[in-house]
Parts: sequence; structure tokens; C-alpha cells
Amino acid sequence: MTGTDMTGEAAVPAFPNGTKFRFDRVRDSWVVMAPERIFVPDAHAVEVLRLIDGQRSLGAIIDALAARFDAPRDVLARDVAGLLHGLMDRGAIRL
Amino acid sequence: MTRDRPEPPLALVAELTHRCPLQCPYCANPVALGRSGGELDTATWRRVLDEAASLGVLQLHFSGGEPTVRSDLDVLVRHAAGLGMYSNLITSGVLLDAARLRLLAEAGLDHIQLSFQDADPGNADRIGGLAGGHAGKLAVARQLRAAGLPLTVNFVVHRQNLERVPDMIGLGEALDAGRIEIAHVQYYGWALMNRDALLPTRAQLDAATDAVEAARARLRGRMVIDYVVPDYYAERPKACMGGWGRRIITVTPAGKALPCHAAEGLPGLAFPCVRETTLAAIWQDSPAFVRFRGTGWMAEPCRSCDQRETDWGGCRCQAFTLTGDAARTDPACAKAPDHAMMNAATAASALPPPAFVYRRYRSPSEPASTVGALPQTPAGGFAPCTPTRGSAPGPVI
Repeated sequence: MTGTDMTGEAAVPAFPNGTKFRFDRVRDSWVVMAPERIFVPDAHAVEVLRLIDGQRSLGAIIDALAARFDAPRDVLARDVAGLLHGLMDRGAIRL
Repeated sequence: MTRDRPEPPLALVAELTHRCPLQCPYCANPVALGRSGGELDTATWRRVLDEAASLGVLQLHFSGGEPTVRSDLDVLVRHAAGLGMYSNLITSGVLLDAARLRLLAEAGLDHIQLSFQDADPGNADRIGGLAGGHAGKLAVARQLRAAGLPLTVNFVVHRQNLERVPDMIGLGEALDAGRIEIAHVQYYGWALMNRDALLPTRAQLDAATDAVEAARARLRGRMVIDYVVPDYYAERPKACMGGWGRRIITVTPAGKALPCHAAEGLPGLAFPCVRETTLAAIWQDSPAFVRFRGTGWMAEPCRSCDQRETDWGGCRCQAFTLTGDAARTDPACAKAPDHAMMNAATAASALPPPAFVYRRYRSPSEPASTVGALPQTPAGGFAPCTPTRGSAPGPVI
């Protein structure tokens, strides 16, 4: 599975019940917490994850990133899909 | 030894009690179980949670014994939620009901890990030593999903249930679990006493591993399956607790702080008590937490090994339990001078299993023979260690 083909850009990613995404003041970084797992996303990933609110579609998230960052939309789309699929496999994102 | 300031711990394992209605023969609690009268009170636990949050603990695992025997569990869950911590309840489920689950959900509990002893009800009740336990767990699993609580189902596996790994995964799916944990028994304490009754053959292990891999491929993106292998068949040791004093701090029912939830029996280490010392001081400066932190304590073959910052020398408690020296290389490592003793242990897996020695409170006057023979336990102390509850390597970061 590559790109966003699996579900299409209409899909709405969300943090499932049982996952928390919050800022940790002790480490001065954002963290994703899931059962028996903690992920520390890098700065790029944080920009993506902060747009996930259970309302915005994948397409809308990519549009928002394209408006803010100087990068081709298809490159952004591929990066976002890669990040989200990785987190899906670990149970930290649902589409 | 270098003394850099350590990274803050990621997780606190709060062992609220040793009391438990089950009698699993692989229980991770010490053989000498603590009584209710010695348990920390609610106010002290609240302070410990405050200190843990300030120190940087992100995840809180309520454990035991059976943590739901504590009537203040919801108070502590609510307190943790107020501190922004992710709270996980590790439970057998047999004392829960729909009303209590709603209370815990309202208090802000993030996740429940529910243990099953088998997918076969009769064998599950035999292993857990509680008639009707399995049926009660099934009911609780459905109630907690109805209460909106995310569920991990945990199966501790061994030679007497291992062939049902596919059924266990099927049960997890049927119960709408988001995650399944298949954890081979780790051999400390009660489990070490029962090792010949529990350790599978290599063929059994391989079949179970294949079943897990097939299910992972089938359920990818929908279900997480974590799998903890028995290190008696491993080439490299597990990174026990993610390294000594690196990620996890455990507080026992009586308030002792440990780098590994059953390191209490290691000789020469004075584990501090949270009644007397802050968690920050314990984590950063106590000699017991510094003793095996990092790589400075290592001798060969660990010292020059390119895996030394991957497995951190394996498990100190296993090294002590099997060799009598906590600073030796974990015998689970194929490079360890003591590795041959693993082969001697696995040879017993081909013989008929002896009867279980069940986990029970025992009076000090009871003759040692009723507790069973302790294989290869060195004189001077007995050191149960490492999570038999499954998540041996600790959180993944």
C-alpha cells in the first residue's frame, strides 16, 4: 500500500479512543501516547498531527500544509500518508 | 562510572496491592507477598503521582496483584487524569462490574489491559486457579467496551496453552480489542518455580510465532499484536525494562521504588521507599537506580559488544537468579559464558509437565517444600524480576 490510495483523501484521520496527543513540558516536546507506547514525533510530524481533529479530511490536512509550506502537494501527500500509515499500524491513528 | 543526569522516566508502574483472587503459577509478584496492612494509603499514592508527573512520567500503569481490590482506585485514576498522565489499568477483571467500569471511565481512565489465562474456559480456570474466572472476564470485556474503554487483551502463554494462540487472537477480535498482547512467561519468582510446567518446546514456540505473524499480516492497520518471546530460546537477551533505570520506575504496594518491578531480592542494593524520599531523588541519585544504569557497570562480553546500548546487558535479575551474580552477562545471551544453562532448562520442556505450584500467601512457618523446589537459585536470596505480565521491554519510543 502506498500513497493515500488505500482510503482516499476524503478519509478523516483521528486519534482513537485510548490515544492521547499532548505537549510535555518536562521534555519540551509533543508526545503521542497509546497503550504501552509513547511516540515522540519530529517537528514535521507535529505539524501534521496538530491538524488531526477528527473533523478534517486527509485532503484538507494536505491542503492546509501546502498553504503553509513551500513543497509540492504530491510530495506532502506522500509524506503525510507515510506518517499516518505508520501510526495506524501501531494503533495510534484510525482512518 | 559516569553520572550524567538521567533522562526522565516514561512510565510508573504503581503496584497498588499484592492481593489477588487469582493464583496464576507464573505471577510476577515476589514469592513473599505483601499483606494489605503494609500498603501505601491514598494520600501517599496521590503524592507519588504528583511527584511522578513533575519528574516527567507520561504513562501510569495501575498494577498489582489485582489493583481493583483497592476501593480508592477511581480516586487515583481521577488524580492521574488531572495531572495529564495516561492511565492504564492492568487487571484480571474478575472484581469489576458495569457500574465500577463506568466510574473508572468517568474518572478518566485511558485504557484497560485485561488478562486471560487461555481461550479455553476450563483450562483458563485451571491455570488461574479460580472457578468461573474466565466467564467473568468475558462479561467484563463486553461491559468495558460498552463503557467506551479501549481494551487490550493479554494472554500469558506457555506449554499448557500455547497451541491455542490462534483461538486467543480470535477471542481478542470477538471482544473488539484494539490490541492483543501475547506474552510468553518470563522465568522469575513463581514462574521459575514452575518452569518445567511452563517452558514450551522449540517446536511449540515456532508454531506460536508463526501464528502471531500470520495474524499480524491479516489484521494490519486494524489491530496491534504485541508478542513477547521467551528469552530461553533467544540469541540476544531482552532489553529488560528498556534498560535499568532508563524508562520505568516501579513502586511496590509497600512503597519501595524499583527499576524493575521485582528487583527487590537483588543483594547489596538498598531500594529507597517513597514514604521517605522523593521520586526525583530516587530516580536521579539513589545508588540502587544508578548501579546498573547505562553501560559503565558492564564487564566483558558486554563491555565491548556492539549491542550494549540495544539490550543494556539483558536482565540483571535473570543474571543473578541463574548465576548468583547480578553483574554478569544475562545467560540468555548466546555470548554469555553461562548460556549453556539455558539449554539445560529447555531440555525439560520435552518431559511431561509437573503439577503447578499456585501463587498463594504462605505462612512463614510453612516448610519450604510446599513452595516447590527453586531451580538453580543461588544461596543468599531469591530474585524474582521482570514483567511476567507481558510488556517486558516496556514502552516503545
